[in-house]
Amino acid sequence: MTTKRIVTGAHYGTRDWLAQRITGVIIAVYAVIMLIAVFRLPELSYGTWSGLFVSPFMKVVTMLAVLSLIYHAWVGIRDVIMDYITPQNFPRFPAFLRLMLEVGTILLLIGYATWAAVILWRV
Amino acid sequence: MAEIDSSGTGGAQADRAEAAKAAALAREQLRARRKALPKFRNIGMADITPGVGYRLALPGIVSILHRLSGVLMFLVGIPFVLYLLQNSITSELSFQTYKSVVGSWIGKLVLLVLLWSFFHHLVAGIRFLLLDLHVGMERQQAANSARLVLAVSILLTVIAAVPLFGLV
Repeated sequence: MTTKRIVTGAHYGTRDWLAQRITGVIIAVYAVIMLIAVFRLPELSYGTWSGLFVSPFMKVVTMLAVLSLIYHAWVGIRDVIMDYITPQNFPRFPAFLRLMLEVGTILLLIGYATWAAVILWRV
Repeated sequence: MAEIDSSGTGGAQADRAEAAKAAALAREQLRARRKALPKFRNIGMADITPGVGYRLALPGIVSILHRLSGVLMFLVGIPFVLYLLQNSITSELSFQTYKSVVGSWIGKLVLLVLLWSFFHHLVAGIRFLLLDLHVGMERQQAANSARLVLAVSILLTVIAAVPLFGLV
């Protein structure tokens, strides 16, 4: 008679909780790598600094860090929106307001990522 | 029951009726008292104890600053850093623009706030990762690590400010 059944939805909460931590670590590691790379430069000038981003490898690694940042920011900002845009705080159009802010956040973040790609692939 | 008044049991019956009446009255009073109570959804400390101020504990301060710094970097940090990255790596000419922006007082001030945001977010994030692993869960340990996070993030900001403000 007993059947094991998962009744707690799509688990996207658990997935995002984990993704938030993994992307956070990726961003931190990238920051440390960049810090070391800058300190290893013989001198800080336009040539040496922009030279860091010339290789396709560094472009892709930087882009992966940017995309981690974008996902990290999405989860974090969505949590903030869910915490404060509530029927208690905004009795009139809570769902509409939340949707608008979430769409605005998504568009802004996709814009950031696109801008980063444009900057990197121009060098 | 009350009209069947055979002698001897009448007193007991009267007592029972009294008790029933008293119980009904008590129920009524309880209902009225419950009705008069304020109803809370999403209860916060201020709702339960109006007029009593609670100081946010150190871990709470770290937590809200983690959130604040995150929102700040989302709204200001990412576009400002992308703007600086763009100018700094696009051409020799734009590199000069980058240098003048970073060299200006307003640029330095924005960078300083963003540096603190980044460091606080990073150090507090490491603390949260440790808490996830059940490290430092005791009350006193949590307060100490919160204090450490606040101190280390300010220290890192000061260290980063030294080259930023040309103090060396």
